Amino acid sequence: MWAEILVIVIKVVVVSSVLLTLVPIMVWVERRGAAMIQDRLGPNRVGPFGLLQPIVDAVKLITKEDLTPSGVKGVDRLLYLLAPSIALVVAISVFIAVPFGFDPGLKLFGHAIDGFIVAPNLNLGILYIFAIASLGVYSVVLAGWASNNKYSLMGGIRASAQMVSYELAMTISVVGVLMVSGSFGLQDVVLHQSGTWFGFIPRWNVFPQIIGAITFIVAAFAETNRLPFDLVEAEAELVVGYHTEYSSMRFAAFFMSEYVNMVTASSLIVILFFGGWTLPGFATPAGWLGALVSIGIFAVKVAFFLWFFVWVRWTLPRFRFDQLMALGWKTMIPLAVLNFLLVGAGMALRNL
Amino acid sequence: MSLSDFIPFVPEIFLAAAGLGILLAGITLGKKGVRTLIGSGVAALIVTAVLVWVFGRPQGGPQVILGGMLVLDNLAVFFKLIMIAASIIALIMSAGFLERSPYGGGEYTSLVLFATVGMMVMASGANLASLYVGLELMALSVYILVGYFKLEVKSNEAAVKYFVLGALSSGILVYGISLVYGTLGTLDLRGIHQALAGMAKLNWAAGLGIVLVGFGMLFKVAIVPFHVWTPDAYEGAPTPVTAFISVGPKAAAFAMFLRIFLGAFEPNIAAWRTVMWVAAAATMIFANTAALTQNNVKRMLAYSSIAHAGYALMGIVAGTAMGLWSVMLYMLIYTFMNLGAFGFVILLESRGYAGETIQDYAGLAKRHPAAAAGMLVFMLGLAGIPPTAGFMGKLYVFAAAVQAGYVGLTVIAVVMSAVSLFYYFRIVVQMYLHDGEEDEPAELIRDRWVEAMIFVCVAATLFIGVYPGPMVGWARAGISALGLG
Amino acid sequence: MAFLVAHFTQIVFYVLALLAVLGGIGVVTFKNPVHSALSLLGTFLMVAGLFVLRHAEFLAAVQVLVYAGGIMVLFLFVIMLVNVKKLQPEAVFLSAQAPMAVLAGVLVGALVAFGLLAGKLAAAGGVPAALQTVDGKVLGNTEAVGWLLYRQYLVPFEVVSVVLLVAMVGAIVFGLKSASLDRGEGRAER
Repeated sequence: MWAEILVIVIKVVVVSSVLLTLVPIMVWVERRGAAMIQDRLGPNRVGPFGLLQPIVDAVKLITKEDLTPSGVKGVDRLLYLLAPSIALVVAISVFIAVPFGFDPGLKLFGHAIDGFIVAPNLNLGILYIFAIASLGVYSVVLAGWASNNKYSLMGGIRASAQMVSYELAMTISVVGVLMVSGSFGLQDVVLHQSGTWFGFIPRWNVFPQIIGAITFIVAAFAETNRLPFDLVEAEAELVVGYHTEYSSMRFAAFFMSEYVNMVTASSLIVILFFGGWTLPGFATPAGWLGALVSIGIFAVKVAFFLWFFVWVRWTLPRFRFDQLMALGWKTMIPLAVLNFLLVGAGMALRNL
Repeated sequence: MSLSDFIPFVPEIFLAAAGLGILLAGITLGKKGVRTLIGSGVAALIVTAVLVWVFGRPQGGPQVILGGMLVLDNLAVFFKLIMIAASIIALIMSAGFLERSPYGGGEYTSLVLFATVGMMVMASGANLASLYVGLELMALSVYILVGYFKLEVKSNEAAVKYFVLGALSSGILVYGISLVYGTLGTLDLRGIHQALAGMAKLNWAAGLGIVLVGFGMLFKVAIVPFHVWTPDAYEGAPTPVTAFISVGPKAAAFAMFLRIFLGAFEPNIAAWRTVMWVAAAATMIFANTAALTQNNVKRMLAYSSIAHAGYALMGIVAGTAMGLWSVMLYMLIYTFMNLGAFGFVILLESRGYAGETIQDYAGLAKRHPAAAAGMLVFMLGLAGIPPTAGFMGKLYVFAAAVQAGYVGLTVIAVVMSAVSLFYYFRIVVQMYLHDGEEDEPAELIRDRWVEAMIFVCVAATLFIGVYPGPMVGWARAGISALGLG
Repeated sequence: MAFLVAHFTQIVFYVLALLAVLGGIGVVTFKNPVHSALSLLGTFLMVAGLFVLRHAEFLAAVQVLVYAGGIMVLFLFVIMLVNVKKLQPEAVFLSAQAPMAVLAGVLVGALVAFGLLAGKLAAAGGVPAALQTVDGKVLGNTEAVGWLLYRQYLVPFEVVSVVLLVAMVGAIVFGLKSASLDRGEGRAER
């Protein structure tokens, strides 16, 4: 019993600290990447290549004054304070259903570690992820509402419409993957993608379900409020939208949750469509070595998609709000439905 | 479950598909295509009727199909054909009316078809789940139809009132269903019947569930004191829609009522019968009295339809096999009489809501003798005077009540039928005894299709009144469905 | 401690139920519609917790995903879009109806409570397997729900899809500014 609890605690600690450590790294990548794309230098004064810049930023944020806008009192003040916590809590708790490595049956303190996933026995899997992630929108909406600022409110309103719209496309585009894997568990989804077709094409879902992969990735951008879908913030029109009034660590909480969400989204893209920790023609070695190698493979794939997020952000312009909604409802959802219809037809034909 | 299991469900599937097709066609045809759209809707309904006759009839006794959700029996076929006929007549009557209005026909026609699908599911549901979703499909379509003339304040008001009260009653109904399910552990009507029959003493929670389901159903068929939405909804809705909702949904609600109360809750008939007795008596007394003071024909017909629901409820109070088939027969007859009467309101409504007051009928006999004669038939029929079908309908319902020992209720019904003569004859008096020169009565418009449908209704009313045999036999075939023998 | 362990489910149930009811009370008593909406959100989440307690994980996930994550967000969207800051006092509690409503509520509540206490609920007690059994095999709540929904309850399921379609048609019928209506064609006749 105690070993079991210990294993879970270790998992939780490792996962949350890795997630939070990734945030400063990503901030650095984002700023240097932006500079690279825009042909300038970026932060390069603090430490080698400016690597220590995030630490300086963190110190700055922690020491800043924590402001509450005037006129925000009573229940609204509570909501104002609650919003950033919701953002961070939701962002991190989504990750407990994400598997991140291959477990060949390892034991820790005489207890099976039960897969590299915090909550291995959650038979809801991806449904849990979607359910919790769908609560993330409340942080934005509440922040926008409780800030008592019309730009923030606009951001909150936009967020509610945008997140709900793209959640549909996102959920539907996953249906095809779940159908072929026959399971909601993401570990089963990854296992189903090991091996190759014709000896050289990896059995990754992205190949047969390219439409689903594209819709999922686009929806993931919208759900994380990243450019080209960051209308919730939209500096040019709304100052910075919902977190205009926030400062200090409360602002940082929003900031961190955005990057944690990016990590989760990248992980999901990798797991659902790019084979997770599998590589074609590569047999994972046994024991701890195999586990570490698989985690490494997974990390490299996730890193690519994290870079992809940065890359897109500094390459594409922002959508207009009506274009965003039109894309979501008139293009994304029909495409996602088309994807699962094709998958269903394919499965039915194979069973004939 | 294999594909062939769906064959008895083909009529409903076909009708829903036709509704989708007409919805799409309506977008491309726009305002110009009203007649085409309504024509195709009618064609689809006729095909559906044929499909019901071909695929939807039971072989031998009642057949439970599709996982126990639906049942094929004569009761279902009977009600389905009534509803399809009501939808056909109401749709044809709408054509000219819609053309004269600024509204398109695509959504209108498809909503009527969807409502019919819902009613068909209600008629053949064997499980509270399927009955309820059928009811909701019908109700939602009808709310939209009532508010279809969205630029008319009256239509909006009617839709909102109907919707809010309808949603409330649905909530009560579902709450009752959930209590029944919670206590008996099944939604299947036969399962409920068995569970209730096996209970020595009625469980409190189940009893409460039955009461709430009863309230919900009384609401849907507009029985006092759950009738308040009816006059407003009937008055504000576009008249063809009023014609439709006064017959189709009412017949469907009665079908569901019969299935639930005489089918599933039958073992506890002693417990709920008294409530129904009081409700039926109150309905007949109140609705007939209230109708006396109405000056608007649609409102008067609304109260009249409440009163008729009260008469029909007597069959359920009786709770016998005869009670069952007399309600079925009553619904059939009432459908034709009421549709015909509303047909005349449509013809008189050439100028907006003009032509709705009783004075508008003044001198109709002099100017349009044939029309006045037709209206006379419907008024006689609704009042229950021989040789119209209305008399036959009432006769059998009253007979069923007397047979079951409800003489008091029958006396009330007969007295109130006599009272109803007053208000039906107000129209007759206006038509025949006033010349209508002084107060500019509304002019009848020429609409061949409405006239044809009125003729059909007149023919049916008189034919069933003179020669009820085949219809009685057909309704009687339905009693095997609920095992009342 | 032993008491806590022995009655864990009951304690969790009562806590969740109490919070759900408090949320419901908050919905009708908060004067600010946003607070009411959030209160309802709390109720939804507690109900999701109750579903988990009954081993209906799929329902819990759907409850959160659809009600909390979808419907309530749209509620908030509308409230914020029309920017209702505070309801008028008379709109919060229709003063003349309040006593009657309270009385009716208490009476119905007492009736239901009495009915439930006096009667025995037939639904199977703590048998989680019943909610996870597919064709005699225990697979999981999601599979069990899917099996029921697409087999036994297929007809209601499909009819509900038509119901939703009709609801959309209705929203469009009432919401759409039709070109022919705006131009006033045929309006003169009525």
